[in-house]
Amino acid sequence: MILVFCELKDGQIRKPSAEALSEGRRLADATGKKLGALFAGASCAGSAEAAKYGADVILTAEAGSLASYSSDAFAAVLADAVKAKGATVLLAAATAVGKDVAPRAAARLGAGYASDVTGLSMVDGKLQAVRPVYAGKAFATTSFASAVQVATTRPNVFPAAEKAGAGAAETLSTPAGDFKSVVKEILAKASGKVDLSEANVIVSGGRGMKDGANFKILEELADAIGGVVGASRAAVDAGWGLPHSMQVGQTGKVVSPTLYIACGISGAIQHIAGMSGSKFIVAINKDPEAPIFKLADYGIVGDLFEVVPELTKAAKAMGIGSN
Amino acid sequence: MKILVALKQVPDTESKIKVAADGKSLDPADVKWITSPYDEYALEEAIRIKETKGAEVTALSVGGDSAKDVLKNALALGADTAVLLKGDGQGDAFAVAQMIAAYAKDKGFDLILCGNKGLGGDNAAMGPMLAELMGVAQANVIVKLELGEGTFKAEREIEGGSEIVEGALPAVITAQKGLNEPRYASLKGIMAAKKKTIEELEAAPVTAGAQVSALALPPERPAGRKLEGDAAAQAQALIQALKDEAKVF
Repeated sequence: MILVFCELKDGQIRKPSAEALSEGRRLADATGKKLGALFAGASCAGSAEAAKYGADVILTAEAGSLASYSSDAFAAVLADAVKAKGATVLLAAATAVGKDVAPRAAARLGAGYASDVTGLSMVDGKLQAVRPVYAGKAFATTSFASAVQVATTRPNVFPAAEKAGAGAAETLSTPAGDFKSVVKEILAKASGKVDLSEANVIVSGGRGMKDGANFKILEELADAIGGVVGASRAAVDAGWGLPHSMQVGQTGKVVSPTLYIACGISGAIQHIAGMSGSKFIVAINKDPEAPIFKLADYGIVGDLFEVVPELTKAAKAMGIGSN
Repeated sequence: MKILVALKQVPDTESKIKVAADGKSLDPADVKWITSPYDEYALEEAIRIKETKGAEVTALSVGGDSAKDVLKNALALGADTAVLLKGDGQGDAFAVAQMIAAYAKDKGFDLILCGNKGLGGDNAAMGPMLAELMGVAQANVIVKLELGEGTFKAEREIEGGSEIVEGALPAVITAQKGLNEPRYASLKGIMAAKKKTIEELEAAPVTAGAQVSALALPPERPAGRKLEGDAAAQAQALIQALKDEAKVF
């Protein structure tokens, strides 16, 4: 069996989990294996949706003790499910939870782990992963020495394709409690916007923005085209009050949106490493020699303080809304 | 309190990556080696705990002789002792976690700190794997850490915000940018470090998990085009192209 750990949010399967599930279905089809979707929490209401993405079996570990995320408890649930079902492949989305729990579960299973993969295939019955290394400056093909193989899938890379599955429900036993660590509180940002790592459209600013307050024009453009705002390391380190969570690059977030608009970003290697996986790249920069233009599908040589508001205006005039 | 800080030597972020003749590893020519930046936050946090609460800080690295540079720097910054586990993890986080676990198992460390990922390998896996192998708590991607009596409280970065994780010591805590501002080594520290020796041990044999079988550079992106005209015309042309050619909207 190929087992996919899925996360629910507001009773729905999170998009990165749906993507992992779809990829699991594809791998299961390639090897004639069954696909199991695994859920854990105080309530797994909404897990039936996994059938839509091809799950043959839907496994739920439901207990009050799992109401808050605990690394060791969830890792135990994942590892126990792999053992109980005799699964050979365990997948999760490379989200904050997925990246926390999957390697711990892998160690518990004595298994190798490939993180943040952008390609998966089955070679001679074993998983083979392709994953970006050096923040996307290179790609490593990773093979496994262990019988069980664990990987997390990078959000926004694998399509979430609908394909009906039997979705037979099955409940799993749950750990008793007394966990080593547990999440006590979630401090959400006020914006309620999607995270950079999951965003479809990113409008990013660099040193050319001159000041943190000027990011307002990027916010306006992002709002007009359904995107979120990011920043280069130069901008985050400039003391403009931009949080590190906005940083795109090798020492920040590595992103792969459909559209990345770089405003006033010259294109240092460390920034390019974080965004070169974007499907379409737009560069707006005063300096026609800026290295970012070598990467851009569309380049605008000009003053971003003139161009960006015009883009917002043009997008609104053409009725481009949130996608 | 005993603290272990695991440090990894990695290529500098400005390094141009070239594939070696074996087709699966990094060509080390022209690469400048540094301590992984996330590990620097981990080390700084350990030194701050030492300064405020008192602690004995051991810096550890897995690698060959060149990794001694990382350890010398750690000693100069304030680590009390340094250990080189001579071995090659070959980019396999599971292998490295086993090596460190085998070393740390009977040493009574209350806290193990490292970066949330090693720059380059980008596995973000060694910390949680080590926590599991040691049978202790973990908290990853941490931007704030408070220690109590046998407990910890950590703020961890998640999508669109952060969360508070509480747990029991011993624990493996992996650092994120924002946890602190690492100091530079003082001349006094550098001089003092010269008098200290780095303990060298053979890394324990391990079971391989996952290994790189090929390394390749990403495909070149096709040449783009520049949009002409004044700002309004450029903007209009871009939105149109994104809509019609790229079909982004």
